Amino acid sequence: MAYKHFILVCGGTGCESSHSDEIYKELIANAEAMGVKDDVQVVKTGCFGFCEKGPIVKVLPDESFYVEVKPGDAKEIIAEQIVKGREVKRLLYKDERQKDRIKVEDIDFYQKQYRIVLRNCGIINPENIDEYIARDGYAGLEKVLTSMKPDDVIEELKASGLRGRGGAGFPTWRKWMFSKGVPADQKYVVCNADEGDPGAYMDRSTIEGDPHSVIEAMTICGYTVGSSKGFVYIRAEYPLAIERLKIGLRQAREYGLLGDNILGTGFSFDIEIRLGAGAFVCGEETALLQSIEGNRGMPIPRPPFPAVKGLWGKPTIINNVETWANIPVIITKGASWFAKIGTETSKGTKVFALTGKINNSGLVEVPMGTTLREIIFDIGGGIRGGKKFKGAQTGGPSGGIITEEFLDLPIDYEALTSLGSMMGSGGLIVMDEDDCVVDVSRFYMEFCVDESCGKCSPCRIGTNQMHAILVKITKGQGTMEDLEKLEKIGLAMKKAALCGLGQTAPNPTLSTIRRFRDEYVKHIVDRQCSAGKCKDLVVYSIDKTKCIGCGLCARKCPVNCISGDKTQKYTIDASKCIKCGECFKACKFSAVVKK
Amino acid sequence: MAVAQIEFSKELQSFIREWKDKPGSLIMILHRVQEEFSFIPREAAERLSRDLNMPLAKIYGVVTFYHYFKTTKPGKHRIAICLGTACYLKGGQTLLEEAESILGIKGNEVTEDGLFSIDAVRCVGCCGLAPVIMVGDEVYGKLTKDQMPEIIAKYKNLG
Repeated sequence: MAYKHFILVCGGTGCESSHSDEIYKELIANAEAMGVKDDVQVVKTGCFGFCEKGPIVKVLPDESFYVEVKPGDAKEIIAEQIVKGREVKRLLYKDERQKDRIKVEDIDFYQKQYRIVLRNCGIINPENIDEYIARDGYAGLEKVLTSMKPDDVIEELKASGLRGRGGAGFPTWRKWMFSKGVPADQKYVVCNADEGDPGAYMDRSTIEGDPHSVIEAMTICGYTVGSSKGFVYIRAEYPLAIERLKIGLRQAREYGLLGDNILGTGFSFDIEIRLGAGAFVCGEETALLQSIEGNRGMPIPRPPFPAVKGLWGKPTIINNVETWANIPVIITKGASWFAKIGTETSKGTKVFALTGKINNSGLVEVPMGTTLREIIFDIGGGIRGGKKFKGAQTGGPSGGIITEEFLDLPIDYEALTSLGSMMGSGGLIVMDEDDCVVDVSRFYMEFCVDESCGKCSPCRIGTNQMHAILVKITKGQGTMEDLEKLEKIGLAMKKAALCGLGQTAPNPTLSTIRRFRDEYVKHIVDRQCSAGKCKDLVVYSIDKTKCIGCGLCARKCPVNCISGDKTQKYTIDASKCIKCGECFKACKFSAVVKK
Repeated sequence: MAVAQIEFSKELQSFIREWKDKPGSLIMILHRVQEEFSFIPREAAERLSRDLNMPLAKIYGVVTFYHYFKTTKPGKHRIAICLGTACYLKGGQTLLEEAESILGIKGNEVTEDGLFSIDAVRCVGCCGLAPVIMVGDEVYGKLTKDQMPEIIAKYKNLG
């Protein structure tokens, strides 16, 4: 039976939480009720990436791209488009600049993107292995098992230039080669899906939208290094991803693509899911392995590296979700194709979770070498509310802030490291003039204090001390010596901490001290926070020349510290003020001043 | 002397039987226990210690290391306020303070009637909807603090 239309409904976490599941059911119910269920197939897909405008619904072959759809819109979509062949114009994405409703291929958000990792997200039904296979899924595995030797696979990866997407960018082929070269009765293959970076959800979306890409890649690795057992270590906070992965594993086993004697080649490999339990440090590979072994997730010194001595003392390959998702395509399309994309040292694409003060939040995948300006202003549509760009944080609590002057630098591993940041997993958080860098540094350091495992003293004590100093500064009690202390402790941690968490925890603070020194000085010397985020430093007052005496501020004040009347204008009793900012937000005449 | 044992459901018992001999199974078993009790009761940890032949100290070492495992009973409706970076920048902290002031409890506490508890959590992975809170499994995105009373009232009425 040939369908005339396909309706793709986003089943990513963002859209699901805005009731895309109800939309999906309503579409099916309405298609049945209107007698067109044989004309249209409704498919629930992975993330479209355009989370800002979710829930997203796309109708093929018309390429209608509907945004912010509600369950109640389902009836109209079926009645108009499927029955009568007319687009539901009011739901189409409306471009801010062109002031018109436009087609998906013309949307700026998608213009500069290039999807390799997310190739199937928003296109296939992740719960149906046939759809993955129809898009060349498992062709890579078949090619490897039937026509390539393990060394050929490593050569191919080497030629592709693929580097680990989880953090430091270690060449993937080299890791695999180490492991392959170690004789052992058992070896392991591990997928790191413990995406702990706050503000990042690339791995979640990849597994939710295309779980088989990870399963296929891990199996290819098993064949290459000589392993029969894999583990996916995934956050327990990601129930939907876990469910889709379970379905994927089951289907792969049914199809003989996983388990004993895969594709009749005599090669056997299986994968088990292990749940994380909310510890950021478990993103560090040795800590992650400890956790799979059922222990407290505390890192151990390297070397020996896990590729040589890992899980239960056996050689273990750990790659993160995004790295895995690249591998099947490299095998099917070839290393030379992949190596053409990107920069000299960094090949392929990078997925970023673009969030913060940006117009188009969402998941974006761009070739390495794309500039931050293109990502933030062309794809992301610029800063929300016409505010001024202040900085972009990459690498989360391990990264640094990148300022305006570096926006045109092509992004790759080396470029970000040279700026005192790092690629990290791909969180990209945009800040505007209303964000205070001292407060943000304090926020990240608080996170690291919480997440430090406590094993090594540079991290356990260092994060605490740096946090205490940052709190002091945000309260207006800092001194100029504190800045020196922050830098000194930070450098000591970078050198002496045991694992990546401690070594990189000072990065947000150090990079902001370097780029925004004047802002720290302002907090310390002038006791002022120009962004108005550090509550202890903010003083609200009323400009009598602007006050019209309407009294709205006094009515909104929760502690009744604003008094006055029409003739006398209003004043704030600073001794009672709790600095909630309600008056500032309420005043329609900009008479409330924040200093 | 026979010790009064905490009741484990049949499903939980068979889960433990299935997993106990697999290497590194403790965390998976703890997840299953928390699924059953909504936290890890002391008695359950003690029973696991016997069932798995593992020192209680080792079990508590793991339970207290991971944020996901709770040692006290949470409220019937668990309010998780996301303080991931995106949500923090967009006012997650204000939502937390508002929820605390409405319910009169702090993070990690439970209301007297046992209906609500508040947790500040790190990133639930819906950054596009920031700031986000979750009540149970329901996600509320793009929130302002003015919407908090209504959301809490909705669950209060459910009882």
